[in-house]
Parts: sequence; structure tokens; C-alpha cells
Amino acid sequence: MIDFLKSVLGKEAPGSKNLAKERLRLVLVHDRATVSPHLLESLKEDLIRVISNYMEIDEKTLDVQLNREDDSVALVANIPIIKMKRTYQDAKA
Amino acid sequence: MGEVVVITSGKGGVGKTTTTANIGTGLAALGKRVVLIDTDIGLRNLDVVMGLENRIVYDLVDVTQGHCRLKQALIKDKRFDGLFLLPAAQTKDKTAVTAEDMKKLCCTLKEEFDFVLVDCPAGIEQGFKNAIAGAEKALIVTTPEVSAVRDADRIIGLLEANNLPGPKLIINRIRPDMVKRGDMMNIEDMIDILAIDLIGVVPEDEYIVVSTNKGEPAVLDMDSRAGQAYRNIAKRLTGAEVPLINLDYEEGIVNKLKRLLGFKG
Ligand SMILES: Nc1ncnc2c1ncn2[C@@H]1O[C@H](COP(=O)(O)OP(=O)(O)OP(=O)(O)O)[C@@H](O)[C@H]1O
Ligand SMILES: [Mg+2]
Repeated sequence: MIDFLKSVLGKEAPGSKNLAKERLRLVLVHDRATVSPHLLESLKEDLIRVISNYMEIDEKTLDVQLNREDDSVALVANIPIIKMKRTYQDAKA
Repeated sequence: MGEVVVITSGKGGVGKTTTTANIGTGLAALGKRVVLIDTDIGLRNLDVVMGLENRIVYDLVDVTQGHCRLKQALIKDKRFDGLFLLPAAQTKDKTAVTAEDMKKLCCTLKEEFDFVLVDCPAGIEQGFKNAIAGAEKALIVTTPEVSAVRDADRIIGLLEANNLPGPKLIINRIRPDMVKRGDMMNIEDMIDILAIDLIGVVPEDEYIVVSTNKGEPAVLDMDSRAGQAYRNIAKRLTGAEVPLINLDYEEGIVNKLKRLLGFKG
């Protein structure tokens, strides 16, 4: 019924171009990440550098991936912690 | 010393050859010395779009393999003294030309011409690699469709990886009526997605078909909207600042009214 009303009263989103944009946005997140093999690698390195300021992590089993769902793409990182540093100050010094 | 510009797209059939013919002719009309290279080996097309198909004797592969001198293979345009075409080979296979060949060829040609325009084949294989090998600048042609924009994005990445950064975007076959009713991505949408500079917007125009039928690039027709767009792109390539013509398509009726009434839109 609601759908019927919507179709009678006009589309909720005007035209199909918003759909095109949204689909492009998602597909390009994926394309850009997978086309450049360096991207995830260098992201990993950067992550390790930043996180190491706060904790000691297991770099060998660290895992970074793109997870694709129907209408979103998420960056999922699994980062095993070996040891926490006592304070942030220590790390920075 | 001239400039080597490759016209590329990734996706096939979006208007690379049409664009090369029109911008090349447009530049020649501005008095520039221009040579067009068709690198679509096996699928030669630029010759018919230019209306020069009957004058071909030698081709690109004849040149790179030394069967003739470069000068012999250059076909002079019917309309402009400073405009030439180096046609693609129709019979040889794609591996007949190497990226190294193209680099050398472009280097030689840019000594004599103001612009060397390279018409790239579709795809990202050897033909693409050849076409970009000697280029210093890239124009990316796309249409306002998901598949074409996606491929354009891929090409932008590949150009960057091949040390050809800063490509300029040409949006082809835009339909103001569809943009207006929200059924086609508009100029801003596409720039936003691809994040590169725009050098021109070419509307869908029946005259493109007519001009291809005749073998006379639309850029020479003062009544063609696409022709006007191509003339503007040619001027921009020479460094002139020319405002976009088609922007008012995008305005809704409300904005137009506001503007007419003196509100800032
Ligand atoms: N602005 C336009 N308006 C109308 N028709 C157009 C426009 N641009 C291109 N076309 C038509 O689209 C078709 C494909 O154009 P063109 O051959 O230039 O594309 P291409 O990218 O070179 O294709 P390919 O990848 O096969 O080399 C042609 O029939 C051409 O006439
Ligand atoms: Mg072509």
C-alpha cells in the first residue's frame, strides 16, 4: 500500500541518477582498493606505525580486509595485541 | 616543440575517435599544426570519421616496421593544410607495434607538430599501453553512465601508475533533458566521483551521426551543439579560458527564476 501510494504520489528519490551515483560509489571503493595492491599493504604499514604508539601488536597475523555488504563497504582490521604500553607519553618519547 | 595528447576511456564506444577527430580538426582550424594517430590496430576508424579513407597508402605499422618513411604515411587533410592523419593498420595484429615504437614516433612527430593526438583503442591491453607510451597529457572520455564512469576511474588509476598524472575529463553524450529529470548524472556528480579536472562537456547530438556519414567533423558546423563544445575544448587545449556552455541545463526552473529575478543562485 505504501509502495503504491509512493508510486502514485511520485518517486521518493527523484530519478535514477541517485541510484547510479550510489552504486558507483560502492563499486569504486572496491575497485580502487583492489586494483592497487599497494594500497592495502601501505595502509597496513601505516596502521602498525600508529597503533604501535599505544600497544605492542602482532604484525605477522595482523589482517586488513574490505568487507562488502549489499549497500556498504567496510574496512575490517583484526589486530592481535601482545602488550599494552603503560602510557601514551612513553610511546611518544 | 609540440605536445602529445592521448584520448582514452577504458570502455569502448564512448566517443574517443569522434573526440580525436573533432578536437584535432578544431585545433587545425585555430591554425595549429596537428597530427592524429589512430592506434586502434585492426579496427581502424579515425580515417572514415575524418573522411580520409580513400587516401590511405601506408599505415602506422608500415612506419614502425620501416616499410616506408614517416612522411609517406602521413595523410594530409582535405580541409586544413596543417592537419595530418597517421592511420592504423587494418590487417596486422595488435602486437605489431610496441610501446617503444610509439615513444619514438611521438618524439619525432612533436618536433614538427604543435599537437600530436593519439586515438586510443578500448581496453587496458597492449593497445592502451602503446597509445599512452609517448603521451604527455591524457584526455579521458566518458559518458554519464555507471559502466563508463567506472572504467574511466580505472583508467585514471592506470595513468597515474604509468606516470601520466593530471588527466582531463571530457563528458560526452550528456542529455540535458535526462539530467533535468534526474535520470542522468550531471557534470558535478561526475567530477565529484572521478575527482579530476573537466576540460569539456559534449552534448548528445544527432549531428555527430550526420557528420560521420559525411566524413566531416562536427566541429566545422557552426550549428552543431557538439561542434561548439569541441571548438571550446580545442581552445582550452591551447591554453585559452573558455567558460562551459552547457551549464544552464542543470538549473532547475526555480533557480532559473531566481536568477532572472536577481537572486544569487
Ligand atoms: N556526442 C555524441 N552524440 C551522438 N553520438 C555520438 C556522440 N559521440 C559519439 N557518438 C557516436 O557513438 C559512436 C561511438 O563513437 P566513437 O567511435 O567515437 O567511440 P570510440 O570510443 O572511439 O569507440 P571504440 O572504443 O570502438 O574505438 C559513434 O557511432 C558516434 O557517432
Ligand atoms: Mg575508436
